[in-house]
Formats: sequence, C-alpha cells, structure tokens
Amino acid sequence: MSNPIKSALRAGLFRAESAWDGLVGREANPMYHLGAMSWYFFWIVGASGLYLFVPYDTSAARAWNSIEYITREQWYWGGLIRSLHRYGSDAMVLTMMLHLVREWLLDRYHGARWFAWFTGVPLIWMVFSSGITGYWLVWDELAQYLAIGTAEWLDWLGIFAQSIARNFLTRGALTDRFFTLLIFIHIAVPLFLLFAMWIHILRINRADTNPPRQLVIGTSIMLVALSLIHPATSHPAADLGRSTAILDPDWFFMALYPLYDTKGPAMAWGVSIGVTLLLSVMPWMALRRKRSSAAEVLASHCNGCGNCASDCPFGAVTIRPRQDGSPHREIAVMQPDLCTSCGICVASCNKSNPFLKGDPHKTGIDLPDFAFDLVVKRVSARTHGLTGPGRVLVLGCDHGAVLDHLKGHSVGVLSLPCTGMVAPSVIDYALNKDLVDGVLVTGCRPGECFHRLGPEWTAMRLAGERVPKLRGAVDKERVRLFWAASTEVKALSRDLAEFRVQLAEMPKPERPEGTARRVAE
Amino acid sequence: MIKPQHIAGQIVAYTAFALMIGYFASRPAYHHHAPENALLKLSLTHAGQRVGECKDRTPEELAKMPPNMRTKQSCGRERNAVTLEMDLDGKLVFQQTARPAGLSADGRSRFYDSREVPAGQHVMRVRMRDGNNANIFDQKAELTVTLEPRQVFVVDFDEEDGKFSFQ
Ligand code: HEM
Repeated sequence: MSNPIKSALRAGLFRAESAWDGLVGREANPMYHLGAMSWYFFWIVGASGLYLFVPYDTSAARAWNSIEYITREQWYWGGLIRSLHRYGSDAMVLTMMLHLVREWLLDRYHGARWFAWFTGVPLIWMVFSSGITGYWLVWDELAQYLAIGTAEWLDWLGIFAQSIARNFLTRGALTDRFFTLLIFIHIAVPLFLLFAMWIHILRINRADTNPPRQLVIGTSIMLVALSLIHPATSHPAADLGRSTAILDPDWFFMALYPLYDTKGPAMAWGVSIGVTLLLSVMPWMALRRKRSSAAEVLASHCNGCGNCASDCPFGAVTIRPRQDGSPHREIAVMQPDLCTSCGICVASCNKSNPFLKGDPHKTGIDLPDFAFDLVVKRVSARTHGLTGPGRVLVLGCDHGAVLDHLKGHSVGVLSLPCTGMVAPSVIDYALNKDLVDGVLVTGCRPGECFHRLGPEWTAMRLAGERVPKLRGAVDKERVRLFWAASTEVKALSRDLAEFRVQLAEMPKPERPEGTARRVAE
Repeated sequence: MIKPQHIAGQIVAYTAFALMIGYFASRPAYHHHAPENALLKLSLTHAGQRVGECKDRTPEELAKMPPNMRTKQSCGRERNAVTLEMDLDGKLVFQQTARPAGLSADGRSRFYDSREVPAGQHVMRVRMRDGNNANIFDQKAELTVTLEPRQVFVVDFDEEDGKFSFQ
C-alpha cells in the first residue's frame, strides 16, 4: 500500500463515491466513467464547433460581430450551440482533471500502465491550448487579455524570430492573417488531441470511451438547460487602444493567468513545465514498488482458444499462429511489459481447473508469483478444518476490503491479486469436494477495480454469460457476490453473516462420491 | 432505467454539476489593470550599429569574389548591444541592455515592458544607446502626455524615420 495520506484520500474517494451512488444510482455516477465522459464532451465540443465555424468571420474587425450575431440573432439555435461549445469544454476540463486525480489515487499509473499516464500528460496541454485559442477567437476584452498575456509569456522564451506580443501593440498592428492562423490552430490542435486521445487508450483493452446511456442523456439535458438559462456571452469587443480592467474569466482554462500577471513569465513557465515534468516522470517514481512477474504461457497446455486475449484488460496477450508441431493451430503470446499480473487470464484459461489431474496443477497461462496450483492448494488449506453450519470460503482481492478479520472457525479467506483470477471451477471444486457450504466472492467494486474488468468478468462468468462459465449444476444459492471497497469491511462482514444464516438453513446437498468431473464449459 | 428513488438525487447532482460549470466559467471576476490607470507599453526591436567599422573592398578583392557576393564594403556581422532607458516624471523607471539576437549577435535587440501609470499628465524621457560610444545616447526623446484612464500608450522606435515614436 502507498503512503497514509494517499490511503486516507482514497478512502475518502470511495466513501464519496458510495454516497453519490446512493443519491443517483451507480449507473449514473460519472466517477466510474471520467475518461469516457471526457470523450463524450470532446464530441459535443467538436460537433458544436463545426457549426460555429461556418458563420465565424476570420477578420480582426468582424470576428467579434460574427460571434455576437451567432449569440443574439441566431438565438436560440446559434446561441445554444455556442453555449454548448463553451460549457462542454469546461466540463471536459473538469472530468479530465478528476480522471487524472482518480487514476493517481487508485494507483493506476505506474508499472505497465505508465503508457496511459504518460500519454495523458500532453492531452492536458492540448485541451488547454484548444480552449485558450477558442476564447481568443471571440476577440473581446477577455480575448485581448489572453492574447497579450499568452504572447508575452511565449515571447519570454526568446525562441520566436519576431515578438508575438507586438501583434497586439496598437489598434493597427493586428492583421486578418493572424486570425486565419488562429482559427487554423484552434482546429488543428483538437484534431491532434483526438489522435492523442486514441493513442492514450491504445494499450487498454475495451477502453470505456462511451459513458452509459443514462449518463449521456442526463448530462446532455444538463448542458442544454445550463446553456438556455445562462447562455455564453462575450465581453465588449477588444480594443487594443484600451487596457483590460475587470474581466470575467473562464477559470477552468485561465487559472494560471493571474500567476503570470503577479509573478511574471519565469514563474508561470516554471510552474507549467515543472508540473508537466513531474507528472511525466511519476510512473517511474513509483517503480521502487515491487512489480510482480508477468504472466507466462505454458505452450504444452495452451490450445490457442483466445479466452485470455479477450479478457486481458491491457491487451497483453495476443493469439498467434504456432509452428511447434502441436495439433493446435494457434497459441497465446505474452507481451510482458503490458502485463499488470492480475491473473484474469489464469481464470479465463480452460486448463485452470482443479478437477483436472496433475500435481502440480498446470494451466495454459499462469502467474509465476501466484501460480494456479498455489490457488488450489490455498483453497484446500484455508478451508481445512472449518466446522459448524454455514462454512464459507471468502475469495477476494488485494485491493478491495481486507479479508483477514473475517477468518474464523467456519470461515476461510483467500485474497488473490484480483478477483478476476477466481476461476469458476475453483468455486465448483470447493463446493463439490465439500470443503465448504458456500463461497462468497468479493473484490473492488466495478469501475474501481485496480486492474480493470476483474469484477465485470467475474460476475459474467458466475452468471454463465462469459466463458469459462460456472457449471450449471452448481447450486447458485451457495455462491454469492458482494463487491466491497477497502472502506466497506463492515458491510462485507454483515453480508457474510447473512449468507451464513442462509446457508445454515439450506438442506445438506447430496454428493455423489466425487471423482474428477467435467466442470468448466 | 432510472429508479424512482434516484430521480430527485439525479436532479440535485446535475444541478450541482451545472452550477459548478456555469459559475466558474465566468466568476469570480478578475481585476487585471485598475480601471482608473493607463497602461504604458515600451516595445521595440532595434538592431544596434555594427561593432567594427566597415572597410571598402579594393577592385582586386572584388574581382576574386563570386559575382553574386561582390558587395562594395566588407563589414563585421556583430552588432552592439542596445541600452534603453526611460524616465517618467523625472524618475528612472526602465533601464535595460539587450544583446542582439542570433548566434553571431547580428540580429535585433528586443525590449518589452508594460506598466500601469496613473491617468493624467506625465513627462516621459526615453533614450537609447546603439552605437560604439559608451558615453553617449544615440537617440533621445522627450514628451509630455495626458493619459486617459485605461488608455494604452505605446513607445516604439520607428526604423524608417530613425526616431522614437509615441502613440
Ligand atoms: C482528453 C483527456 C482524456 C481523455 C479523453 C481520457 C480518456 C481515457 C479513457 C477512455 C481511458 C480508459 C478508461 C477505462 O476504460 O478504464 C483512460 C485511461 C487512463 N487515463 Fe485518461 N484520458 C484523458 C486524460 C488523461 C490524463 C490527463 C491523465 C493523466 C496524466 C490520464 C491518465 C489515464 C490513465 C493512467 C489511464 C489508465 C487507467 C488504467 O490503466 O486502468 N488520462 N483515459
């Protein structure tokens, strides 16, 4: 675990998210879809921007008027689109920053995930440059303030052949060419942003880029309502002969400008470059943490079915043709640097089955640091000697609620790197061999999974919706799912107690003298 | 589908979201320059005089050169650093020496300053040294102006006329 301040912050985040869930329902809580929400806002801003581009006049003299025309003469339609463009961008900054903080708090930025983090950093610059150039285009007093401030800030570097700020020196200094350049930048940067957003999620399998429908509908209504009630307006037209005095800045984009005004360009550069560098190297600052070994494919046991490739949250497994004389045509191939050692692939492999003969239990893809054989042995050991009615094995993960204090005469616990590593056949095995009367599966709540997708795949496998499925003959009453964040130990204990009462009331199952049976489909 | 118990909660949450965006998109207001003050800008890019004297090439020297490079004089490329000073109402408010741009110091020297001054009458004195004599200022100008609140007043150097410009 990381430092205590971060753990406390993370606990606070989980509590806030739970409270929010209670208020709006889990599907409508944007906290689990912050990256996807940023994508959604990008599309809103892109579409509204296309509309605004048509009536916009790229000349210093008429730019402001053309935007006034859109806002006032084309009300509601034009004004609404302009407001959506503005508020959509603000919302994107908000969700992007929350996304950054949340990924950091959940510790999802180092090890194999360095790529998403590292490629996320330039997105901040691109989002901000898009926003600032957008405000600049309005050519009102705020634009004048931004233009001069930004130009002075850039000039300070001394790398441009001509001073940019001199373009804004006097009323006559500004040319239409400059506005053509500006609109080009304002369109080109978002296009690069889109490309960079695509790179950002390149190494993420099934990246969540579309928020759930409920959120899309709710947020769209919210944006439209806000735009109608409080439409975006301009300041008075820019006048380079008059200084800017009292302004109403968009703080989502302009929070750094007062720093420039009061502390000067060196400080403003220092802070922006400093923060960028710090963010960029963060994944490697965390490298002191022990990184578990990547999963390994055991060629003799792999039939190339592709389950692991489809389940891996980071696309670390690919299926390739094989040439080793095996009857199977394909084989799984690991890319170790993409692997977060979650073990989800282990559970997705059909060979990860304790009913199959072999000691040790070998499987097609396995974690060197926590092999499937160890899982099976631990299940036996942790359930050994459990007594009383309602004997339960709690299977959980290292990132959700801590399991240790659930242990007792009737309860055994086993924590895995990720709940997604629980092969349905292991549950079947524990019940079939009468090791326990019931199995409680827990772990991070969906959307909060440290490794991504663990709870989602587990729930689907147990419900028989995803291979490998929990065998139909397994009594579903004896298998229970309860997702619990690290802050929800009490709720988990309560659920366990309820489950045990329920199990104790159930009749003992009839068990045929068990030998190895076909389990996972 | 939305569960009935969540409808009120969603209204509250979306309203909070909208308030957050709507508010910070234009509030709180920011006081950039005081509205009662004027803004005095000093912005110039000026190439100092060349450091060395130029010397005329002899006809023999010219003949040895490729035809497209036969300029009559041979001059060093390096230019002087430029020093610029400004007094406002008898007080020195700006003083800077700027190196010429470029690796061989053959470019222009750049100055930029922007400061608030109270509206009203002011006496400005600007002087610039761009030549080889460290004891004199090659350019000087003095002006009395009355500045309006929020007026932007620019001091520049007009390269064509070879003197300071005020606007
Ligand atoms: C334009 C802004 C951004 C957009 C649209 C965006 C979008 C996304 C999306 C859709 C995902 C996949 C989420 C999932 O399926 O689990 C993601 C993951 C991620 N993002 Fe961003 N992102 C943005 C900015 C950033 C920034 C600024 C950072 C931090 C510097 C960042 C860090 C990450 C990390 C570390 C992950 C990987 C999470 C994981 O491995 O589980 N993102 N992003």
